[in-house]
Amino acid sequence: MQIRLYRNCQVEQEGEVWFALVKFVSARNKDESNQRLCRTNRTNNTMGATASKLPKDQLSEYQELTFLTKQEILLAHKRFNELLEREDRQQIGGSRVPMNKILTLPELKSNPFRRRICQVFSTSDLRDGSLSFEDFLDLLSAFSDSATLEIKSHYAFRIFDFDDDGTLDTGDLEKLVNCLTGEMDNTRLTSEEMKQLINNILEESDIDKDGTVNLSEFQHVISRSPDFVSSFKIVL
Amino acid sequence: MARLKEEVEEKKKLIATLRNKPWRMKRRLQNLKEAQGFVEKFEGALGKGKGRKLYAFKVMMAKKLIKFNRDFENFKTACIPWERKIKEVESHFGSSVASYFIFLRWMYGLNLVLFGFMFGLVIIPEVLMGLPQGSIPRKTVPRDEQDTAMDFSVLSEFGGYFRYSVIFYGYYNNQNTIGFLKFRLPLSYFLVGIGIFGYSLMVVIRTMARNANEGGDGADESEFTFCWKLFTSWDYLIGNPETADNKYASITTSFKESIVDEQENQKDENIHLRRFLRVLANVLITCSLGGSGYLIYFVVKRSQDYAKMDSSQLSWYQKNEVEFVMSLLGLVCPPLFETIAELEDYHPRIALKWQLARIFALFLGNLYTFLFALIDDVNEKLEKEKVIKNETIWALNQYYANYTLYHNVTQNIPLPEIAPADVIRGPCWETEVGIEFVKLTVSDIEVTYLTILIGDFMRALIVRFLNYCWCWDLEAGFPSYGEFDISGNVLGLIFNQGMIWMGTFYAPGLMGINILRLVSSMYLQCWAVMSSNVPHERVFKASRSNNFYMGILLLVLFLSLMPVVYTMMTMSPSFDCGPFSGREKMYDVVIETIQNLPPFMANIFTYASNPGLIISIVLLMVLAIYYLNTVSKAYQKANMDLKRKIQMQRDEEKNRRNNKDSTNQVMKDLEDLMPNKSLIPPPAAEEPANPAPPSKSPKVTGKAGTAATGRGVNLQRDVSLAAANPRGPVTRPPGPRGPGPLPGVGRGHPPGPGRGRGRGGPPPLR
Repeated sequence: MQIRLYRNCQVEQEGEVWFALVKFVSARNKDESNQRLCRTNRTNNTMGATASKLPKDQLSEYQELTFLTKQEILLAHKRFNELLEREDRQQIGGSRVPMNKILTLPELKSNPFRRRICQVFSTSDLRDGSLSFEDFLDLLSAFSDSATLEIKSHYAFRIFDFDDDGTLDTGDLEKLVNCLTGEMDNTRLTSEEMKQLINNILEESDIDKDGTVNLSEFQHVISRSPDFVSSFKIVL
Repeated sequence: MARLKEEVEEKKKLIATLRNKPWRMKRRLQNLKEAQGFVEKFEGALGKGKGRKLYAFKVMMAKKLIKFNRDFENFKTACIPWERKIKEVESHFGSSVASYFIFLRWMYGLNLVLFGFMFGLVIIPEVLMGLPQGSIPRKTVPRDEQDTAMDFSVLSEFGGYFRYSVIFYGYYNNQNTIGFLKFRLPLSYFLVGIGIFGYSLMVVIRTMARNANEGGDGADESEFTFCWKLFTSWDYLIGNPETADNKYASITTSFKESIVDEQENQKDENIHLRRFLRVLANVLITCSLGGSGYLIYFVVKRSQDYAKMDSSQLSWYQKNEVEFVMSLLGLVCPPLFETIAELEDYHPRIALKWQLARIFALFLGNLYTFLFALIDDVNEKLEKEKVIKNETIWALNQYYANYTLYHNVTQNIPLPEIAPADVIRGPCWETEVGIEFVKLTVSDIEVTYLTILIGDFMRALIVRFLNYCWCWDLEAGFPSYGEFDISGNVLGLIFNQGMIWMGTFYAPGLMGINILRLVSSMYLQCWAVMSSNVPHERVFKASRSNNFYMGILLLVLFLSLMPVVYTMMTMSPSFDCGPFSGREKMYDVVIETIQNLPPFMANIFTYASNPGLIISIVLLMVLAIYYLNTVSKAYQKANMDLKRKIQMQRDEEKNRRNNKDSTNQVMKDLEDLMPNKSLIPPPAAEEPANPAPPSKSPKVTGKAGTAATGRGVNLQRDVSLAAANPRGPVTRPPGPRGPGPLPGVGRGHPPGPGRGRGRGGPPPLR
């Protein structure tokens, strides 16, 4: 059991802390996948509930088509199973997980773009952001360590394009900035600052001066950035 | 037949690159099944004829190879240790803190390989096939030390039994070949010593090259500040709400700051005061660097005096003074530098670079002063050795004379039978140097762990629990929780590695100690970071920091190579300990081996070491470097040119749309010459803002084409804008220019026959 001395953590009472301290110092690190702080009782459900396994030829096809390794695909399969309702578990190929369930994943919970990510990767006809297993794999593949810069920048562009019109115009950029500055009112930028910021951005990146950033201009900017590839990563 | 083969090859290539396409999984699956079906169907057909069996065999081998590669990749990723741990740290602290742990893991891998070399090729042969402990003088504890040899105080100084064990240089025997395998230990020792540096150099440079490829090409830091802040500042690995909140706050702050920066004019500040303060700060820091160097020299000299005194009279502090002082300097000086740097008032990123440079200078100065003092010591020992050697020879001669007197024999006198523990020993300087490095490393480990436990853990405990009964809020105010000091830790790791590289030649066991240290450090620091540190408040990373630290590592590698090579080349090995004893210089072992090789190989070596040949090779390499440098500069210039052309093109278009007046000087001049006063045709009706990104390319080129059709001059605009956008999938073939996308609007006049681009015949009138 991991303890954190920092105040806002999950350790509640005082007595527990001391006891936990002793236990922790003398205990060895067991299964570390259980030690994330915001964990629910999800791990208990996995015992015996994974009835459907991934068939081998599908596994090798997925390996061929994505940037994920075999272990990563199997782990994705397991985690996706946990999100499905019990009755859908047998038929993992066809069923979709609704967006609000996907957003409970700890990797996505704190991400300001979580809704856009779900919507971009979703192939559902209802446009409700629900993901099937293949969509989930697409998501993980694009965000994986070995994905190329082209794939990442392509998807980043689509995630940032809030109105799905193929270019990043002023409205998109404004929404983007608001996402990044958090939901509290005191952290938002004033409209003056927002205008100035957007002007600066367009000045830097809009090569053909049409007031929007299109895919190639976006990729031109991103390919020069040293941090993009290492920060645009989600690992299960 | 050939075409079929081509198509099969194409399908195979498609299969290999399917994952690079940004399509949905369904579409990819479809394509994959199609392509695979096609390949299987026709591959059999291709194999008809003579080479069918061979072809089928080749195909099968290729498939198996692909499968094997994939399984091997999977296996390799499964073998990487500590993946979960690092991921946990990443999700709480972001990728910059985790980059330290990834660096630590990389170091561990490097050291593991080096340890494998040292252990397998030097230590194991000596232990298994060499003479056992206690059989010859160099492997035995001398008589007068034997009763204290197992005391803890002696062992903790690496004296006693540790000193006469495989850990240090002095243990190894100088027999040319040992054991039934005839293993050449001295040669192996020398080659492993050199090979450690060679392998490290190769690995570091390979990692630097890989990082340089991924990190983008020398784009100016200030070129895209706002865009990068907007598009790349969010760290997707963050999985913890508090970290996310911190990140939001820091992003907002950085936006506000950079907006203000852009807006404000040059502040009317006192430049002279600033310059004076900066000069003052630099002077202060140089003084403290000089002071610390002198302190170390003084302390090392004093420790040599202590070594001459009787060791039971010295206190613990006096015995460990050197290590204590060095660690203390390493702890105290960096915060001191930071405080002095407040005078300078630089931008945080520049201040960080200055701080790192100063810490680097501090560590370097300390290490080299230490080394100089050590070399003085070594020279002294060499003098002493000469005296002892003379004594030994004199004693031997006396013995022979006595023997002759007694037994009347002058030849084949057997060697005196003295127990190995009683033989007079020389002051084996290599072992002394090895012991110094090992002691330094161990004290460094102790100081690091103590700092973590006290500086981070105790502090967090105190802040958390004393807060209930303290006057001010400890958490928000003065001590609060510590942040993880990335740059300090990385530099510490790099300098430790430098010490290891320096010391391994004289103490083969040092590698093993280092491995233990890295593993325990990984667990301890992961635990400490998770339990007692908070995420950073301000997040700014030195850009391209990966290669920055690799560059420092490379520099440290060279700097630690130099002392070792110097001692190898100039100092003569001790006469009675180590694998090179009895030789004039250490590298003689290689020369002897070469001379003993069969004649034609010896000839090759003699030719290869001809100075003329070596000089010409060096010249060739210098020319190659110069050439590659020029080529890279040319590429950069070409890049700038293309960008400028795009800019010009677009400016031209915009101005034509707006006010029919050209901003391009060239166009303006030409216009003035023309009778009709305008080369530019009346603009075709505005194309609707085409939403789909890929069609930007043809749209752009379309307009360029129209500009070229003049009433007279056909300007050759050879800017190929299609090259600037390779990523958009081409949705229509590069057809004829002109009113392509506008089916319904007619043009003003029929286009001329020559279109200035040479793209086929005149377009059909629509």
